[in-house]
Amino acid sequence: MNVPLRASILGVSVWGPGLEGWAASRPILAGEHPYAPSTSPPPAPPILSPTERRRTGPVVRLALAVAHEAAQSSGLPPAALQPVFASSNGDGPVVGSILEALATAEAERVVSPTQFHNSVHNAASGYWSIGAGCRLPATCLGCHDDTWPAGLLAAMAELSAAGTPVLLCCYDHPLPAPLDAARAVGAPFAVALVLAPERGGQLLELSYDPVQAPAPMAPAAPALDELARTNPAARSLPLLAAVAGGRADRHGLRYLEGSLTLEFRP
Amino acid sequence: MTPLAITAMTAVSALGRGLAAHRDALLARRTGLRPNDFDPAVGGWIGRVDGLEQHRLPPSLSRYDCRNNRLAHLALEADGFADQVAAARARYGPGRIATVLGTSTSGIEATEDAYRRRTGDGALPPEFDFAGTQDLYALAGFVRAVLRLSGPAFVISTACASSARAFVDAANLIRAGLADAAVVGGADSLCRMTLHGFQSLELISPAPCRPCDAERAGISIGEAAGFALLAREGTGLALLGAGASSDGHHMSAPHPEGAGAVVAMREALRSAGLQPGDIDWINLHGTGTKANDAAEDRAVAAVFGDAVPCSSTKAWTGHTLGACGVLEAALAAQCMESGFVAGCLGVERPDPEFRAAVVTETVHQPVQRVVSNSFGFGGINCSLVLGAAR
Repeated sequence: MNVPLRASILGVSVWGPGLEGWAASRPILAGEHPYAPSTSPPPAPPILSPTERRRTGPVVRLALAVAHEAAQSSGLPPAALQPVFASSNGDGPVVGSILEALATAEAERVVSPTQFHNSVHNAASGYWSIGAGCRLPATCLGCHDDTWPAGLLAAMAELSAAGTPVLLCCYDHPLPAPLDAARAVGAPFAVALVLAPERGGQLLELSYDPVQAPAPMAPAAPALDELARTNPAARSLPLLAAVAGGRADRHGLRYLEGSLTLEFRP
Repeated sequence: MTPLAITAMTAVSALGRGLAAHRDALLARRTGLRPNDFDPAVGGWIGRVDGLEQHRLPPSLSRYDCRNNRLAHLALEADGFADQVAAARARYGPGRIATVLGTSTSGIEATEDAYRRRTGDGALPPEFDFAGTQDLYALAGFVRAVLRLSGPAFVISTACASSARAFVDAANLIRAGLADAAVVGGADSLCRMTLHGFQSLELISPAPCRPCDAERAGISIGEAAGFALLAREGTGLALLGAGASSDGHHMSAPHPEGAGAVVAMREALRSAGLQPGDIDWINLHGTGTKANDAAEDRAVAAVFGDAVPCSSTKAWTGHTLGACGVLEAALAAQCMESGFVAGCLGVERPDPEFRAAVVTETVHQPVQRVVSNSFGFGGINCSLVLGAAR
């Protein structure tokens, strides 16, 4: 029988089109301000040294922007958080660029060393560990359109096993042409949560059912629904809206053949 | 950590299909490496699995057709592994068996091929199926479909520590009550991206790799798939403990003193409730690069001194990247079952600076508990402790 997993949410962050960090996004997600999508390139990560910062592209910056803000808002040292990084596509621009080079260049050395180590799925997590001085174990996963529920499950299971606070960072970025026709992701979006053993407020309870379809969800603002439909990481928006508004919420997420049920209590 | 039983296991690599082929090759001290005939421009030697190009998937799963999934399929068919999962499925229910697999490049070889066959307007051929091939999750989606499982699943991708880390994440799911058993393991297959990528880092050995040798000159890339069935209950072989860490140092170079590796090995022992002296053999990550093997030697010496024999098996199989964790766990299981330490293959002169007890020949002795190391780019370290549950 599946026992619900519980955690307190100590830190939160978001980055998306017109959702540039938690401070700016909270009133929008709470429904207090209107949502206006815009192109929002994330900043170069301050947590990295100038040398490492130079090597990061848009996807690593996206992941580190939310990882950094969630860690900071948790009040815990970044090095004390166990990273669980989840992405469906990983670094599309880097991988796409390597695929182009492999298909067209005739010269022997077509892939730069930096490009290659930036192409691994755990690149963002690697840069985070370096910048945060974090020596705790990290895991990095993908689950196609179900990467958000999978990441939540992995993070809560990790927390349950280790008892150490977990930094869950879930991010997805569009793939370049011609891959985008085969795998469409809308605008870049990322979310991060710091999850800790339950200690009172901001409680998240997660239940998993391998066969039950999810309970229907109240729709958010149409543009936000669109974002949730076109970026796997943006399936976190209903939870983020609840956290932003400080209101109790219960919703289901389709996960593989079944569902996760999330309950949030402020 | 409460031990988790390993009730079934299998592997396919350049050494052959199934565990017996692997044991035989280890005992015969016969490498599976060959000159790189997959991408000769890169050179070096590779661990290639014969017959992949001809292997056919069940027609109902044709959307998953790619080198990586064919390799996974060969492994599922070996050692009666799929049958043993079917028995577990009947016992626990399909929704109570998790699937957690590791891979670094999944089916990207299919994408490499698709890019070469772009149509006039630059589009990929219409039959290219991203979700069934290149996507990380394609491996688990495919395996779940073959085994008819419906429990929690995801794919781990932490470079060369991927399938080792999969054991840890699956154990978390079982201990959190989300599953009673898990299919763990992984697959990585030859593709131009990794061959050219490692070449650009100047890490590919021109000759067959020879970990721990004084003149070692880099890696030989291999392909492999391996699976294990983890369960709460069972006798015999078990995952006794696991430890992991991050270097937090550099994206592609290990910490020179192996500091993260020390943490991973110590945590693995601690979680197993064991002392260094309780271990009979350490299967090193031992890729054959100057940097890895030296750093790992320092780390192993720091934890075990020179009291525990250690060696790498990568001169047999090549470095199978995301699959090396599970493949080397399977090799460790064979050594435990048959009672021998597979000392490093191909060493002419051991590195004189090494302090750990590196073995360079077959030693017949009881092997009851093994530590297996897997370290990956981005500085992720993972050590597994395998042995009979007490």
